[in-house]
Amino acid sequence: MHIVVPVKLVPDLVEELVIDASGCALDPDTLRLQLNEFDGHAIEQAILLKERGGGQVTVIAPDLEGVDDVLYTAAAKGADRLIKLCDHFGQAVNNHAMARAVAEVIKPLQPDLVLTGVQSHSDLDGSIGPLLAGYLAMPYVGYIAGVTLSDGRATVRKEYPGGLVAELEVTLPAVLGIQAADQPPRYVAFSRIRQAMKSATIEEQTVAALDTSGGPAVARMYKPEVAARATMLDGKPDEVADQLVALFRELGVL
Amino acid sequence: MSQDIYVVIEHLRGQVADISYVLCAAARQLAAASGGQVVGVLLGHNVQGLAQDVAVDRLLVMDDPQLADFIPDRYQQALAGLLSAQAPRVTLFGDTSIGAELAGGLSVQLGWPLVSYCRSVRADDGRLLYISQLCGGKVMAEGEIPAPHALLAMVPGGFQAEQGKRTSPPPVETVASAAVGGRITLKQYIEPESGDVDISKEAILVSVGRGIQNADNIEMVQELAAALGGVVSASRPVVDQGWLPTTRLVGKSGKRVKPRLYLALGISGAPEHAEAITDSQTIIAVNTDASAPIFDIARYGTTLDLFDLVPALTEKVRQAKQ
Repeated sequence: MHIVVPVKLVPDLVEELVIDASGCALDPDTLRLQLNEFDGHAIEQAILLKERGGGQVTVIAPDLEGVDDVLYTAAAKGADRLIKLCDHFGQAVNNHAMARAVAEVIKPLQPDLVLTGVQSHSDLDGSIGPLLAGYLAMPYVGYIAGVTLSDGRATVRKEYPGGLVAELEVTLPAVLGIQAADQPPRYVAFSRIRQAMKSATIEEQTVAALDTSGGPAVARMYKPEVAARATMLDGKPDEVADQLVALFRELGVL
Repeated sequence: MSQDIYVVIEHLRGQVADISYVLCAAARQLAAASGGQVVGVLLGHNVQGLAQDVAVDRLLVMDDPQLADFIPDRYQQALAGLLSAQAPRVTLFGDTSIGAELAGGLSVQLGWPLVSYCRSVRADDGRLLYISQLCGGKVMAEGEIPAPHALLAMVPGGFQAEQGKRTSPPPVETVASAAVGGRITLKQYIEPESGDVDISKEAILVSVGRGIQNADNIEMVQELAAALGGVVSASRPVVDQGWLPTTRLVGKSGKRVKPRLYLALGISGAPEHAEAITDSQTIIAVNTDASAPIFDIARYGTTLDLFDLVPALTEKVRQAKQ
């Protein structure tokens, strides 16, 4: 069983987001990138499947700031092979371009399963999973929390709003969009990541010029205008608590 | 090609999803500018009588036992045949667990551009524009909806569902199904766990997000909820960590709630969460990040650290009840 997990690095939303001088993109100099949260679940799910049934896990990431840390962390968790996609990866790369590039890298690997995070907060042209499935001519199912493998098939739990779950069977090879791994992504100590830095190798693969067709152009990017912002309560914890108790009374909940 | 705007009507187990009406409202705006019609597309089996109140000019019904349940590859093939034959100007999907994967797959199969996280649309001097929310709602991106064909995956928030309803049933046309698939099959549905409280019926929700940091801190929040006579609910990261059961999940993949008081502790207010709490009577948010989108929908807020505020608040609530 060969499981491939292509991951995305996305802006850390805890940081202030700055729009650049062109007014139609985020300023790359002020962004701090991090692993897309759902991709962390995809990596975890891949490693859980390997631990249960054996196999190999390959993690693929574009060459952006912080990529080595992301890849070595995956190795420390149990990934076997690390591939870094080099050249052409600026901020403007959309998911269509990324999916085309990743598909070309994945094809010769002949994976049984490709796991992606179900979405990221920067997917202006759709999440990467269904696009990748299209370019690889594999079936895709997304919003998955729960995967088991047997006899060349994956049994997956697809989540619908309100808590309803559909159990679907997918013939492999397939691409799955992971909403949540069977268990939360594991923590690895920094010492183990440092160990991985020494023992694991990051393979660099150069990709051809990126084709961004299939995504929209952005004419303007801006912070949302807010109709009515919350009335902010200031003071020490005790004082704010008093104000809240008064509010609760007003609302009739106390 | 036509100037029509197509809407893929989303439904699950005999119920039209709210997002379908939002899509119709957006489609009406686009059609007014493009000069085309709004055409609904309903895929399923034994779906006569469903979606009689969607604000479309025509409803195309593709009825096929193979389409009885949402099976991604079958639905995609069925839509690919229809859309490539009709070549509408824009086709709208919900950016949901059904629509998002159809739109992505079709974008590749048909070679039509896709715009996701689309919250609103408008026309400007004959051009059709999308407005999408990115980065958890912290940034908006605006641009032209690509021509001659494009797919839009829409999130709620920009249009009211009511704007996408009509009182008289639309004219219905039956279209032949081209559903093929075979690599994905439905085994069974698993019903939501019961036996726990139904958060969609609770009057007071004390809801926790990532800011709660670890499982041990849930107890503190439970004490506050108990003091208030409410229950604890959560956003996605808390449930994914297994700190609270899925029955307590508020959001796109969980429940929509409508309490009298929604107290959001350490919740950023990402769109997936925000869309499910807009029917709350009063939202009060506690988050140390003053720029968190939760403060855009909350009536009151504070940037105090929840770990400082919650014990003090629990104490004051207890005193007030004595």
